[in-house]
Amino acid sequence: MAYVSIADRDHEIEHHDPQTFITKYIWSQDHKVIAIQYGLTAIFVGLIALALSVMMRLQLGFPDSFSFITPESYYQFVTMHGMIMVIYLLTALFLGGFGNYLIPLMCGSRDMVFPYMNMLSYWVYLLSVIILLISFFVPGGATGAGWTLYPPQAIAPGTPGIELGIILMLASLAVFIVAFTMGGLNYVTTVLQARCRGMTLMRLPLSVWGIFMATILGLLAFPALLVSAIMMLLDKTILTSFFMPAMISAGEQLSHTGGSPVLFQHLFWFFGHPEVYIVALPAFGIVSDILSTHARKNIFGYRMMVWAILAIGGLSFIVWAHHMYVSGMNPYFGFFFATTTLIIAVPTALKVYNWVLTLWQGNIHLRVPMLFAIGFIFTFIHGGLTGIFLGNVVVDLPLSDTYFVVAHFHMVMGVSPVLVVFGAIYHWFPKMTGKMYNETLGKWHFWMTFFGTYSIYLPMHYLGFLGVPRRYFSMGTTDFMPESAHTLNTSITISAIFVAVTQLIFLYNMIVSLRSGKKSDPNPWGAATLEWQTPDNPPKHGNWGHHLPEVHRWAYDYSVPGYPDDFIPQNVPASAEAPAGRDHGIHH
Amino acid sequence: MPLAVALIVLVVGSLIFHFMSPWYFTDLASNWSQIDTTIDITFWVTGFVFVAVNLFMAYAIIKYRNKDGAKADYDPENAKLEWILTVVTTIGVAAMLAPGLFVWAKFVNVPDDAIEIEANGQQWHWSYRLPGDDGQFGNVNGKLITNDNPFGMDADDPLGQDDVLVTSPEVHIPINVPVKFNLRSKDVLHDFAVAQFRVKMDLVPGMETYLWLTPTKLGTYELLCEELCGIGHHTMRGAVVVDEQADFDAWVDSYPTYAETQAAAAGNAAVGAAQYAVCAACHGQNGEGQKALNAPKLAGQSAWYLKSQIKNYQNGLRGARDDDPLGKTMAPMARTLATDAAINNVIAHIQTLPDNPAPSTVTGVESNGAKMYAICAYCHGKEGQGIQAMNAPRLAGMTDWYLANQIKNFKAGIRGEHPTDYYGKQMGFMAKAMQDEQAVNDLVAYINSL
Repeated sequence: MAYVSIADRDHEIEHHDPQTFITKYIWSQDHKVIAIQYGLTAIFVGLIALALSVMMRLQLGFPDSFSFITPESYYQFVTMHGMIMVIYLLTALFLGGFGNYLIPLMCGSRDMVFPYMNMLSYWVYLLSVIILLISFFVPGGATGAGWTLYPPQAIAPGTPGIELGIILMLASLAVFIVAFTMGGLNYVTTVLQARCRGMTLMRLPLSVWGIFMATILGLLAFPALLVSAIMMLLDKTILTSFFMPAMISAGEQLSHTGGSPVLFQHLFWFFGHPEVYIVALPAFGIVSDILSTHARKNIFGYRMMVWAILAIGGLSFIVWAHHMYVSGMNPYFGFFFATTTLIIAVPTALKVYNWVLTLWQGNIHLRVPMLFAIGFIFTFIHGGLTGIFLGNVVVDLPLSDTYFVVAHFHMVMGVSPVLVVFGAIYHWFPKMTGKMYNETLGKWHFWMTFFGTYSIYLPMHYLGFLGVPRRYFSMGTTDFMPESAHTLNTSITISAIFVAVTQLIFLYNMIVSLRSGKKSDPNPWGAATLEWQTPDNPPKHGNWGHHLPEVHRWAYDYSVPGYPDDFIPQNVPASAEAPAGRDHGIHH
Repeated sequence: MPLAVALIVLVVGSLIFHFMSPWYFTDLASNWSQIDTTIDITFWVTGFVFVAVNLFMAYAIIKYRNKDGAKADYDPENAKLEWILTVVTTIGVAAMLAPGLFVWAKFVNVPDDAIEIEANGQQWHWSYRLPGDDGQFGNVNGKLITNDNPFGMDADDPLGQDDVLVTSPEVHIPINVPVKFNLRSKDVLHDFAVAQFRVKMDLVPGMETYLWLTPTKLGTYELLCEELCGIGHHTMRGAVVVDEQADFDAWVDSYPTYAETQAAAAGNAAVGAAQYAVCAACHGQNGEGQKALNAPKLAGQSAWYLKSQIKNYQNGLRGARDDDPLGKTMAPMARTLATDAAINNVIAHIQTLPDNPAPSTVTGVESNGAKMYAICAYCHGKEGQGIQAMNAPRLAGMTDWYLANQIKNFKAGIRGEHPTDYYGKQMGFMAKAMQDEQAVNDLVAYINSL
């Protein structure tokens, strides 16, 4: 049977508008509503994780000053902060949030290919969040094993939350992965099958490319986490020994024998390293689109950018053991993984060059989304370069397990993607809500967040050089730590509190603008991508009214010579353009 | 425009911070100067990229910021430029990777003349084993580990008889001799890390890992566990002392071989009874303790703990500070027990004394104390019974006013601050986390209820 694309069958498909409040906003199958559900839930748990980080910084900055921070609760804060931020905030927000919102709109589709499964994906995600949050309140509390959950310590006496906390953590992860898989299959299928006419793969905006590749990484990587979570659950509950060797606890022999703690680390990082790019690639894509739109200039080297996304995605599966240089694995692995890790720096560097070259000879409008996008380039350069220290196996020896690692991954995987998240929220706020945010408050939010986070993490690298270990409840007197290092810790804590409080400006801006912001123009930035060309603003269910759009050009026709406007939307036919049309926008 | 200025300020500020920072690598005390060289190369390459790309970006923002009537250039691709950037980046990456791999090859291959020392990790202590005169380690097996055989030595292995067992968190190594540390863990993951040596490696239960170094500077270096190992992770500290060869040899000789530990005679309670007369003056005829004389109860306390504390008094780890007058009265008493045998005899006698719970004298809110005790229980046991493997003495049923005093001493740094009192330092960490006297009383009140 001949294949007929979904776009070509659009007129045969009946479109039902949801009728009731419940089907419209609660059990909604509309990708835009699901995106906002995902986004709000992720931001909600993200705020909890932010509060947890403030608590741990209080202990580090002012040791022994707060009776509610014990070693137990400290390690619980550390663990839950990390896990929530990486999985339940960033992964969920970029893919479940932005992926859901942008893919159908940018591809010119009416919705995800499987709307019902898309709805289930959100509700299962919410279930995983609820299970996670319950673990704070069970006897013994949440797990304090560190977000990496390394066995034996994650399920052995001496660690908080080995009663129920760890079980709920592992169960929540398994449920999250189910949710992610339902969403992820949808995103991939929609990108491949439901693009509108004329939307070839090489005309896709980079946001879609980034989210698409990240989703593929997730579909391949999360199963490794799933099996490790299940095996650890078995080790914990029915005393199997997948990861548990024979060991002593408080002088008594435990019943485990023969398991391998290092095996867990391989499985974990086989997931964990692609996870970095599951967060980074959507950020790469989104930031490319924001830069291009607000610089009024095509993204520089589009094809190179697409290939770099694919190359980074592929390479991300063969670098995982650079997290394990000092884990006790066979040391000869170091040669291989250091080499692959430094190779991945090349396509990543090219992306940075291309962002900066996009600004070159542009017409740069420094609106709030652009400020965040350029701020991202700065922090990402910083975090990427410190990654080269840790990727180079001998340099990792002194720095591994120190604050240098903490500073590095917060710079590259915390601050950088979060700046993109903010930039993206400001950028698409007019589309999602039909309202305009307050520009002044947005700028204040940027400046305070940007400087604040840098003043947290730049000095933190130097604690790492000094050799200060991470995951220490308190330093006490450590002979190589001068008193000034403790003062530095205090100042980092003050910066962290400052940044946390600053986020109230963002929340205030969002809430007030949503209620009483000015009505926004349907395409306030003059963007060329399809989501700005919808007949309604915000787009209604089905996105496109009676007729699907048809695409005639790439996503970056900005400032085309001879054309009166400084942008040409993707759905404008070539004939409407004065001089010779540029199909792919690429000179041949 | 402010953004471009901000970027320039951040670049310049980062450079100033880097060059002015008092927080930087510790002075190297091992042969791994090549690691430092690789770091320097990495700094130059990455530093150049950081400055160049960011300043270029700032320049672009200034030059091409939106102006009335301005229009951007239309310039989708520039294959030549992209190739040049690819090649230059690859060269820069290779310049960092190549020396790195070269040095790593040295780290992986241990020199043939390296001496071997085994470092053992457990929650939250270090101990060590040396191969003895035959230069070979005897078999060990985790299944054989007991309180009396903390290393899990195989009694039938002749190679193990002369192994030297160091039950202290402090290890010595000889200067300018390559040392290979064989790393083993009894329970969870740990990590052997000394900042001044640069190298580190995890300890993994069920397998043996290693690292090697040649110490180049005499001194005492703090050993830290750097792999999260539970709530006591931050207290898992030790020391590596770099000695001249002769001092190292003397240090080795000061520890018993496995055979010697097996042959050590049990104490003689009858002989000890006579010596105990001195103790009885304060601690009471039955070791029940006397508050009026500030003497704690001894009866029922475990032998290993009594022995370690008598040694601490003898060696100045306790009772040597002017702000510890009570400890100072005990120190000379401890020194009257001149030999190990004498100590063992007295303790053997104390073990025969009736163990009646001491009367409660401290009052506090038990429920508050119960919450705090959750942390204590990790080492001292849920019933406060004490756990030898955790180096944690019995608390329940002992004199409570003494317990409260000692917690305050730990908190105030009167006890646990001596540089070689590693176990005391751990307790200091815990005591300092307690907020005030009321918290101490609440805790002790709960321990009274156990």
